[in-house]
Amino acid sequence: MIAWQMIRFAVGGLAANKVRSALTMLGVLIGVASVILLLAVGNGSSVAVKESITSLGTNSLTVSSAASRGSATAAKKLTVEDAEALASATDAPAVKSVAPVVTTSGTALYGNISYQPGQIVGTYPAYFETANQKIAEGDYFSADDVLNSRKVAVLGSTTAKELFAAEDPIGKRITIGGTPFTVTGVLTAKGSTGFNDPDDVVIAPLPTVQNAFTGFGSVNQILVQASSADTTTEAQSDITRILMGTHALKDPTKVDFRISNQTSLLSARESTTKTFTVLLGAVAAISLLVGGIGITNIMLVTVTERTREIGIRKALGAPRAVILGQFLAESTLLSVIGAGLGVLAGIVGSHFSVVGIKPVVIPESVLGAFAIAVAIGLFFGSYPANRAASLRPIDALRHE
Amino acid sequence: MSTGKPPVIQIRRVTKSYGHGDAVVHALRGPDGPDGTPHGVDLDVAEGDYVAVMGSSGSGKSTLMNILGCLDVPTAGRYLLDGTDVGHLDEGQLALVRNRKIGFVFQSFNLVPRTTALAQVELPLAYAGVRAAERRRRAMAALTLVGLADRAGHKPNQLSGGQQQRVAVARALVTAPAMLLADEPTGNLDSRSTEEVLGLIDGLNARGRTVVMITHEDEVARHAKRVVRLVDGAIVSDVRQTPVDAPPPALAAEVVA
Ligand SMILES: Nc1ncnc2c1ncn2[C@@H]1O[C@H](COP(=O)(O)OP(=O)(O)OP(=O)(O)O)[C@@H](O)[C@H]1O
Ligand SMILES: [Mg+2]
Repeated sequence: MIAWQMIRFAVGGLAANKVRSALTMLGVLIGVASVILLLAVGNGSSVAVKESITSLGTNSLTVSSAASRGSATAAKKLTVEDAEALASATDAPAVKSVAPVVTTSGTALYGNISYQPGQIVGTYPAYFETANQKIAEGDYFSADDVLNSRKVAVLGSTTAKELFAAEDPIGKRITIGGTPFTVTGVLTAKGSTGFNDPDDVVIAPLPTVQNAFTGFGSVNQILVQASSADTTTEAQSDITRILMGTHALKDPTKVDFRISNQTSLLSARESTTKTFTVLLGAVAAISLLVGGIGITNIMLVTVTERTREIGIRKALGAPRAVILGQFLAESTLLSVIGAGLGVLAGIVGSHFSVVGIKPVVIPESVLGAFAIAVAIGLFFGSYPANRAASLRPIDALRHE
Repeated sequence: MSTGKPPVIQIRRVTKSYGHGDAVVHALRGPDGPDGTPHGVDLDVAEGDYVAVMGSSGSGKSTLMNILGCLDVPTAGRYLLDGTDVGHLDEGQLALVRNRKIGFVFQSFNLVPRTTALAQVELPLAYAGVRAAERRRRAMAALTLVGLADRAGHKPNQLSGGQQQRVAVARALVTAPAMLLADEPTGNLDSRSTEEVLGLIDGLNARGRTVVMITHEDEVARHAKRVVRLVDGAIVSDVRQTPVDAPPPALAAEVVA
């Protein structure tokens, strides 16, 4: 009953200074909401990266050209011949399929719509499986299309939407850099990882792209699919051996190409997003702390202002614990209501995507932020409350 | 003087000083001892007595009263309330004493701001842990006693000075304390309100409560059974006007008239 009484006194105390109480709560609200929201943004981007790891397939390897450090000779570029050597090698059972890749950029035209896709890729049909690109409508281009350098293209979902809007793109003709392409298919959307859009592509047969844009020199990458996720290491050593042969290299420590496997690439990026999350969390935690200091400040002011009242209450026989309880209840109410509204604001806010990242709320962050805010209220409120409660009645009464 | 029962209030060699060194102020000192040091104040108040404490400004009246009300502690000396040494009580026990044994009426009302008269009067009961319904009933009864039943919902800033003082009296007597301590309860009041408040206090004393009251006015002191005068922190005179077990003089006069 005394506890109920303390809460009533506390509510009365807060209601007496509505603006001040509201502003203090706002401080806590912003602290809690920013912890929840910023962690959700950080988490959202790492969730997106994780999803793209699984969507890319874990058994694909990317071979790219690299200048060997310390070598005087210029690095030999990767060529279609390298890819063919890998594909035709009989002593490399771990290599399942090979797709040389050239990338370029250009503006695509359809009717009077002009759009610049993120990437124009020239490759072999094996690319689709290796890069885990699935067709949504129409069909992939075929090996025959590659052999005959047909002017056909498969569009990523973003590119298709930009060029065709609601129209059906299949069979339509688009022009890229003066070369007409017939659209044979549209890929399934993979979804943005927040940093780039894998759906913003045009994929066409390798010789067609080389003929129209890049010329028949080197290729940018060779995408290799290992026979399974377990044989990627084996495939990696096979590739190294074969390419050292075609590039006439002796020293395996000084090769002019680099093999990266998707998983390691993406886990590196995942660790970047973790750092990002931690940084965001730190910023948010600071704002939560500032909110807590706000509570202390307000409670100190409140206690100072009401010292006389405390003296009266003590003279009427209020036990120390009741005075302490009243002020603690006030600061806890401030922090609980502020934190509760902050949780609400954070969760509502996380329904909107922030800088292209869809926030994913971490349940622990909601509980944690709420608990920390309430603990801060209790902890920082207890100092002024304790000061108030331990005053001798006469000293409190004499306070001006 | 009634014998047998021990005095409610016994203070022995109580001194109170503020400050240090040359700047020290002896608010309560009593007569000087043989060696020149303050001997301290001695005072006994019997149960049912009605004492007026008088003296010029700064003579230590409020200081004495605050010590009697357990709001302040003496620098030296002992204070026995109902036979228990107050100096040996801890915080919690002191709060209990203030709540149950003492009703204190302040010179400056000291009502809790932004709180209705009824809630003011309920406060000591709330701290005593009395249930809400019972609390309301008793607070209403106390307000009725001081003639403010119709002002129960008013906040201090909606009450006149006299009404505020009467709320303070109601608050002091609602727990039915054995002892009523009033520091210039009529200091801020006009003669009519003074009569009202004094009438209340006389009535309480007639019903057996011990009253100690500070006043500057002889008019007010005439209501008491005993008048104690302070000069510079020492008791210089202690005059009994009426026996302890007789009704308060003002009420007795009324009966005669
Ligand atoms: N907190 C304090 N610090 C320093 N000196 C004090 C303090 N309280 C009281 N005094 C001094 O103690 C002396 C007695 O004060 P007290 O309040 O008891 O006077 P009083 O008799 O009640 O006077 P009044 O009739 O004006 O109310 C005064 O000289 C005063 O200046
Ligand atoms: Mg005084």
